[in-house]
Amino acid sequence: MAVKTYIEAIREALWQAMERDPGVFVLGEDVGRRGGVFRATAGLLERFGERRVVDTPLAESAIVGVAIGAAAYGLRPVAEIQFADFIYPATNQIVNEAAKIRYRSNGAWSVPLVIRAPYGGGVHGALYHSQSVEKAFTGHPGLRVVTPSNPYDAKGLLLAAIFSDDPVLFLEHKKLYRLAKGEVPEDFYTVPLDRARTVREGDDVTVIAYGLMVPYALEAAERLAREEGIEATVLDLVTLYPLDRAAIVEAARRTGKVLIVHEDNGEGGVGGEVAAVIAETALFDLDAPIRRLTGPDVPAMPYSPPLEAWFMPSVERIAAAMRELARF
Amino acid sequence: MPIIDVVMPKLGESVTEGRLVRWLVRPGETVEAYAPLCEVETDKVTAEVPSTAAGTVEAILVAEGDVVAVGTPIARLRVKEAEASAAMPSAAPAGAAGSGAPPADGAAPARVGQGAVPTASVPAIGATEARDGRGAAPPASGRTERGGGSLRGRYSPAVRRLLAEHGLDPAAVPGTGAHGRVTRKDVLAYLKRRADAAPATVEAPVHGPTASVHPPREAARAPFDGDVVLPITAVRRRIAERMVESKRTAPHAWMMVEVDATRLVRYRKAVMGAFETREGFRLTYLPFFLRAVTLALREHPRLNAFWTDEGIVLRKDIHLSISVAHDDALYVPVIHHADALSVVGLARALHDLVERTRAGRLRPDDVAGGTFTVNNTGAFGSVLSMPIINPPQAAILSIEAIVKRPVVVDEGTIAIRNMVNLTLSLDHRVMDGAAAGAFLQTVKRLIETFDEATFAV
Repeated sequence: MAVKTYIEAIREALWQAMERDPGVFVLGEDVGRRGGVFRATAGLLERFGERRVVDTPLAESAIVGVAIGAAAYGLRPVAEIQFADFIYPATNQIVNEAAKIRYRSNGAWSVPLVIRAPYGGGVHGALYHSQSVEKAFTGHPGLRVVTPSNPYDAKGLLLAAIFSDDPVLFLEHKKLYRLAKGEVPEDFYTVPLDRARTVREGDDVTVIAYGLMVPYALEAAERLAREEGIEATVLDLVTLYPLDRAAIVEAARRTGKVLIVHEDNGEGGVGGEVAAVIAETALFDLDAPIRRLTGPDVPAMPYSPPLEAWFMPSVERIAAAMRELARF
Repeated sequence: MPIIDVVMPKLGESVTEGRLVRWLVRPGETVEAYAPLCEVETDKVTAEVPSTAAGTVEAILVAEGDVVAVGTPIARLRVKEAEASAAMPSAAPAGAAGSGAPPADGAAPARVGQGAVPTASVPAIGATEARDGRGAAPPASGRTERGGGSLRGRYSPAVRRLLAEHGLDPAAVPGTGAHGRVTRKDVLAYLKRRADAAPATVEAPVHGPTASVHPPREAARAPFDGDVVLPITAVRRRIAERMVESKRTAPHAWMMVEVDATRLVRYRKAVMGAFETREGFRLTYLPFFLRAVTLALREHPRLNAFWTDEGIVLRKDIHLSISVAHDDALYVPVIHHADALSVVGLARALHDLVERTRAGRLRPDDVAGGTFTVNNTGAFGSVLSMPIINPPQAAILSIEAIVKRPVVVDEGTIAIRNMVNLTLSLDHRVMDGAAAGAFLQTVKRLIETFDEATFAV
């Protein structure tokens, strides 16, 4: 196995999926000639040609609409939204069409579609290049929302998403693209779309996170274990919709003290749903109020570096919240 | 001048923690060695903790009302150099207040020899618990926080569930969370300590199902609106555990004799005025019965015994446990070497123990070492009771109320006599009805014939 970055793992998954199945094709802004603004699709045009690597107009609604049609006809399109911040024009296609076609057609049609969308901040992208969009798309039965936190999951989860018959919103954290490195097998493999993963075990406090916040939580956990003897369980949600309820409850029961971390705004975010699952199922295992550490409830991530740092949950703030909970 | 810690002493064999009732000194005060520092209450007794050395109270580490594990530092003393090396923080209080329980109640099926109970085991247990105690309260938690007490009475759902499942008194669990909160881990640690400590305690050699005290909660047992739930005190919990243990381990058989106490009644009436003038307290019937019981036990050692799987241990010494009801709890102080006492001596010992029980001033020694229990149910007007044996003893005798009854005396004569029922519960593993009956006949004969020399006051 070779150590690869998150973005390399994604590129490898796309390459392998297209090699494996001629029905797989990619479309999006600058995915062809430019190879993608993050280079996720670099080399695909040269290898698979412009019928399978399609540069589109700047029209997200059209990108997703075309992809839905192709998927309904039996292809496996991978649509790229250049920045998740721009996904909203396609919301009607995603929520009203992709998510509901199987239901509306009584199971006659399905939409094996993947929408890749780079999201998240901490990259000095400001308002239009830093948003977390997950809370707008979780809670729509028929649409899966997943996000990997490491290169291994990035490849396996993307392959699973492409070969799933469900529409999947595949969120890629921009800051992880080149920050996250790890062993990635050369072979074709998949990671389940509906399973959270316990990435660390400990008895003092449980941290539930996803995306960039997973490596942050792990770093905080290691620091607390090393310096203060506080041992944390860390659960990587992986799937944001539908949630892996069993794994969430098990992780909560393990310590009775739960910290939910995400970069998205607190109110209305995924964390509230996670907290509800725990409160409904595991009340008598709770030893402390469920706590959320999230981005603040302000309209967008600021451009000013100090304010951006204030917006993003950091390793230090996660560690402080964990410590407080462990001592409660 | 060095500073030493005074730790929570071990106030009895199975005691793992105690509640600090009251501080008798304040920071800055000078204390002599062995001077009382504070009062501590356990599920068995209230005791004073003596200072381990002469010095100045540097700091008080535990707030009044807090429950702390044995071995936990409770105060800091600034002492002279020599004192520091002489004072042994744990040994002194343990020796002074605690494990001096007579060998009798001590574990040892081994043998009754000359205090040859393996004393080595005492420090060993103490050491274990001291370590556990420290482990339970990580330094970070800070005892000062606990003194704040703002979260001490607030319990999370997880903690409440654990407390209910294990029938624990929340006040008994030391809290290491923020502001003294009892955390889920605290309860789990407490349960583990208790489980670990159980095999080491003597009184409950098979401490398995304490759970039997607390059968699984059924819906039918849930309180209805308007019901009142009395919190279970440490003493109440202890009584419950001991009673269940006794009923579970000792097969109880039961026997009663009727005794004509007319001569005793007459004699007491004749002497009680002078007695009260002389001694300053009332002469009751109980000391006379105690005297008869000690004489009968001497004759029938099978009743002054206890069961072990290795053999039935017949006790050399006769230490009478006397049940004393006080404040919704039952205390069983002990008159040691009761067979060496006359009726007057027994009366004085009894008076002293009852007074101190009611004042909450029993010392650990006062409740340790009993070999046979006398239960004064007559005081409640009872004429018939079926007492539960006080483990690990082999039998318990209830003295019921003396009542006037028509009785056939000689052939064809009915007289009004002062009659009393003596009821005995016995551990059928240790003896059969014959031995118990013989014992009761001896007590009956002694009371009925009433030799004034034997019972003189």
